[in-house]
Amino acid sequence: MSENIMYALQAEGLVKRFGRTTALAGVDLHADQGSVLAVLGPNGAGKTTAIRVLATLVRPDGGTAKVAGLDVVRQAREVRRLIALCGQQTTVDEELTGMGNLVMIGRLLDLRAADAARRATELLGRFDLSDAATRPVAAYSGGMRRRLDLAACLVGHPRVVFLDEPSAGLDPGRREDLWRALRGLVNEGVTVLLTTQYLEEADAMADRVVVIDGGRVIAHGSPAELKRIVGGQTISVRPARTEDVEAVASIMAAVAGRMPERLNRQEVAVPVEGDTAVIGMMQRFHAADIPVAEFSLRLPSLDEAFLALTGGRRGINDNPDRQR
Amino acid sequence: MTVAATTVDSISGRRRRRRLGLLRHSLVLARRSLAKTSRNPGAVINGVITPAIFLVLFLYLFGGSVAGSTRDYLQYLFPGILVMGASLAGMLSTGVGIAVDMKKGVFDRFRSLPIGRTAPLLGSLLADMVRYLLGVAILFGLAYLLGFRVQTGLLSALGAVALAITFGFCLSWSTVLLAATLRDESAVLAFSFIAFLPLQLGTSLAAPTDTLPGWLRTWAEVNPVTHVIDASRALLTGTPMEGSLALSLTWSAVLLVTFCPLAALAYGRRQ
Ligand SMILES: Nc1ncnc2c1ncn2[C@@H]1O[C@H](COP(=O)(O)OP(=O)(O)OP(=O)(O)O)[C@@H](O)[C@H]1O
Ligand SMILES: [Mg+2]
Repeated sequence: MSENIMYALQAEGLVKRFGRTTALAGVDLHADQGSVLAVLGPNGAGKTTAIRVLATLVRPDGGTAKVAGLDVVRQAREVRRLIALCGQQTTVDEELTGMGNLVMIGRLLDLRAADAARRATELLGRFDLSDAATRPVAAYSGGMRRRLDLAACLVGHPRVVFLDEPSAGLDPGRREDLWRALRGLVNEGVTVLLTTQYLEEADAMADRVVVIDGGRVIAHGSPAELKRIVGGQTISVRPARTEDVEAVASIMAAVAGRMPERLNRQEVAVPVEGDTAVIGMMQRFHAADIPVAEFSLRLPSLDEAFLALTGGRRGINDNPDRQR
Repeated sequence: MTVAATTVDSISGRRRRRRLGLLRHSLVLARRSLAKTSRNPGAVINGVITPAIFLVLFLYLFGGSVAGSTRDYLQYLFPGILVMGASLAGMLSTGVGIAVDMKKGVFDRFRSLPIGRTAPLLGSLLADMVRYLLGVAILFGLAYLLGFRVQTGLLSALGAVALAITFGFCLSWSTVLLAATLRDESAVLAFSFIAFLPLQLGTSLAAPTDTLPGWLRTWAEVNPVTHVIDASRALLTGTPMEGSLALSLTWSAVLLVTFCPLAALAYGRRQ
């Protein structure tokens, strides 16, 4: 036990091929118990495939994966007792009620009828679905379905939860509700692996982030470490007068220490490190008497993160054949 | 290993003993399938309405010319309609349901649960049994109202029902194979409708094969459905059996032995 610390989740050198496509080309990842691991990557990166291997649905062509020290291929049955999977599409049954869906999962997990009903009621309450418990899911909104899907995952008190793009299709308010629910789980010691295409989500939720592209890990670390690689935040400025654009660009270049990018004819953006850049730029605009119409500070988009992480080789969406 | 050891105990509501787990899980999933049918009975209704329409249509179109009277013709026609009903139910239910579940990722969730891999498939097939019986009962009721009477005995009649359902069940594996391979319900539906015409109508359903034109007659005589219809007719109305029962059962077995393993393989294949 000493040399291999037991992670709640651990994969080494995972390889998975589909015909001539290599979906995973040697992926390593691990997560401590009670932590959130975000797998970040663009369409077709291999996120879903990685989850399907870890959730015992797909046999890897190479490498090993373990959940709580149990091998996902050789001890698949034991692994299934510990995990729950929330797929990229919601899989609750339209024709059944919210209650009916959860009770059915409880029965499949060998709970007694009364226990299954009690657990279902508890989870419906927790996900704010009590009022809709007896309505068929066909009448649910997209957000309600997502929450019911998540509730369905939790019926069996899983120790490790896999969530494939859980916030897809949720509006921002609901996304934060989801994040809150997930934090509650993590506080109970549950380990969460989630995939996402948004750096913002990885930043908000994850203890560690693994960035994959083309089936390979291209970066990993805490969100703070990743942001350091990517170059922190981006400032974009739109001067009130179009003729000031050149002057604005040269001030931004001086403060940030790198060439700013012209977003369009009136707007200039540059990645910055640290918070002092904001104040520095503002002071210089003021001193040069340049009125600013718009000044914004934002996290790098995934596209920018990818440019930085892949050394500027290409952006996310440059490879159309990997888009599905 | 502490995580593994504590989980089972920590589940509120003790787990029941795991004996007969596969059967119990299959029953839970059969109930799911039937609940879906009762809320959304389209496929079952299609499976009953289509044969019912052919029954009424053929009866009043051909009744006079083929058999002299609609009453006699009903005795000739209904056994074939019964087989058509069971075959359609088989082709439309499990295959379509499985294709939808696979496409939507529902099976991924089931397969990540600690239940037998075959439980969803078995559940769907169990629910099919209920749907077959329902469809057959409705068709029987309709035929009875129109004046059909069993001319043999109760056991023979039950035998005819059992034969039609057995054949439908064995045939349904072809659509399960298709569903598990393509994971797309519209492909299954398209296949069922394309196969429907030659398979069900190129038979002795509406008229004895020796009255059919040459090419159609050749096809109808090799078509397994013809044998099942002839056997069903013999069991319900006492016409000569002439080996059709043996041929029906042989064909059913051939279909099952061919498609069941292939379907199970496609279904269980871990991609
Ligand atoms: N069952 C399959 N058969 C063939 N190819 C597949 C299969 N599943 C995935 N792939 C391919 O493997 C690659 C990785 O797919 P995967 O679904 O893991 O990506 P993803 O990161 O989840 O993408 P998305 O963000 O679109 O969900 C893609 O090129 C995809 O086309
Ligand atoms: Mg995916």
